[in-house]
Amino acid sequence: MKGWYVSLLALVASVGLASVNSAHAQTVKPAIVYANGGKFDKSFNEGVSNGAKRFTAETRIAVADFEPSNETQFEQAQRRFAQRGNEPIIAVGFSQAVALEKVAKEFPNTHFTIIDSVVKLPNVQSVVFKEHEGSFLVGMLAAMASKSGKVGFVGGMDIPLIRRFQCGYEQGIKYVNPKAELIANMTGTTPAAWTDPGRGAELAKGQFDRGVDVVYAAAGNTGTGVLQAAKDRGKLAIGVDSNQNYLHPGTMLTSMVKRVDVASYNSFKAMQNGSWRGDVQVLGLKEGGVDWAYDQYNEKLITPEMKARVEAAKADIIAGKITVHDYMSNNACQ
Amino acid sequence: MEDPLALVFLTAAATLRVATPLILCAMGGLFSERSGIIDVGLEGKMLMAAFFSAAIAAVTHSAWWGVAAGIVAAEAMALLHGLACITYRGNQVVSGVALNILASGLTIVWGNAWFHRGGQTPALEGQGERLLPLFFPRAGDSILVYLALLAVPITWWVIARTRFGLRLRAVGEMPLAVDTAGISVAWLRYRAVLLCGLLAGLAGSYIAIAQNAGFTRDMTAGQGFIALAAVIFGKWRPFPAFGACLMFGLLDAIAIRLQGVRVAGLEVPVQLIQALPYLLTVFLLAGFIGRAVAPRAIGQPYEKEH
Repeated sequence: MKGWYVSLLALVASVGLASVNSAHAQTVKPAIVYANGGKFDKSFNEGVSNGAKRFTAETRIAVADFEPSNETQFEQAQRRFAQRGNEPIIAVGFSQAVALEKVAKEFPNTHFTIIDSVVKLPNVQSVVFKEHEGSFLVGMLAAMASKSGKVGFVGGMDIPLIRRFQCGYEQGIKYVNPKAELIANMTGTTPAAWTDPGRGAELAKGQFDRGVDVVYAAAGNTGTGVLQAAKDRGKLAIGVDSNQNYLHPGTMLTSMVKRVDVASYNSFKAMQNGSWRGDVQVLGLKEGGVDWAYDQYNEKLITPEMKARVEAAKADIIAGKITVHDYMSNNACQ
Repeated sequence: MEDPLALVFLTAAATLRVATPLILCAMGGLFSERSGIIDVGLEGKMLMAAFFSAAIAAVTHSAWWGVAAGIVAAEAMALLHGLACITYRGNQVVSGVALNILASGLTIVWGNAWFHRGGQTPALEGQGERLLPLFFPRAGDSILVYLALLAVPITWWVIARTRFGLRLRAVGEMPLAVDTAGISVAWLRYRAVLLCGLLAGLAGSYIAIAQNAGFTRDMTAGQGFIALAAVIFGKWRPFPAFGACLMFGLLDAIAIRLQGVRVAGLEVPVQLIQALPYLLTVFLLAGFIGRAVAPRAIGQPYEKEH
């Protein structure tokens, strides 16, 4: 019985010491709750993960993370990290917004960051992107690379955010070739639509059968199936979120890069040096939040004329000469 | 749009591509269920097979070793199911569900430990790592598609025309009679469960290394349950079950093509198209198929009288 008391005392003492230590060192304890699709989706989540890796490599501060297997775990995971004293806690993906709003109110002194959605609370930083601007550029490339005049789009879950990708893409296509036809598919209406590469491949093949020769995947892990199908059929594909050009050199036309890695890195870094603010950040072409990817893996597919034209349009968008319509502004394309 | 003949061909090809794992799985489920063993664990067997076939194909750079590994993995799951349901007379549904959960978790844990990619296996890129289409590159007719088509008449022949098939049916209807005739109920059922494992293993391998190029978590996405539904839909008979699989495949292929099509100026909603296969299932089940009568002894563990 006595031994038990001693060990309990020791435990209390060590916990006390640990908390004193951490308070003294002023270190951050960052954490990430990923979206469906998982940390290794080679796209959206993996981008966030890459930002975290960079932070860890520079600061030697480990980042705790959690990969939920379904939506009901978002709230639990956020709350658990908050209880453990982790901060900032990054919630990845629009589907965590509802859970985060609740948890952020419960822990008003903990700092949270949400990517792809806006939660208006003083302790929440919201990072959203102008995906329509980046999608406009890859749409231009798709229309210029297409020989059949038919281009495809495979979205993940049918939500306004993904329609925003599609709408920007469509405007880019029409900007180059008003007669080009867009065939668009959504994978599904539940979060499982992010994790079904088999269905992604099947949707892409269906589009190829209808004459499509360039396809843009904005579907998380499902997109890997789309890119694979394009490779199998010798068609061109456009990746999303992370730079996916390296996946299949030769058939990857480009990627619509969304710098979620910068978002996660900046959030951690700001927390560390005390400049973190609970604001809304909207990152477009101008801010370097979105872009098209050009590297050694796709340089053979992009002719100098294509490059020049896209870069010109990019400059025009930044300068405000071209405005790309945002689907989410009125829930309609146009 | 291209000419109608090409459209028919491409739709048929898409149907077969989607239906192949369903057909293989349904034939496997048929053997198991006709012997009186409910198989809710088709999904888990397929998932385990998908994982091991992708993993071994990536390590050995050979699709065939991948298929072999997939079969072995599914057989191991089948034996586990047999052990729980036949030898230890456990509840068959519970055992099946347990296998599904086990497969869903273990594949990710092993995948993470093995490849450090969050449960995914490396993408199969190299020569011979995947089963590629044999004759029509656009159709995706890998050898397993033909094998699935062949599995249907073979299953019919084995169940309807062989001595083994007769006994199999008998053991699913009235195991006591089989036992009285001096034939081992347990051994018959074990053979049925192993046949099921073989076919589910092929289905899983198809998903991982023919349809896709590698394993991702929960990639079977409920197809095992659809196959099970096809067995019941087909009233536990091979050809009707095959028909049900083709119907699910066709609906899926059409659903993909219908998306984004405008009818009278309105875009067909994705939700409606996704619900279409299920709506039709309910409609057909209620209106046309009639009552599906299961093998009489299904789900009941056989206890020998002493």
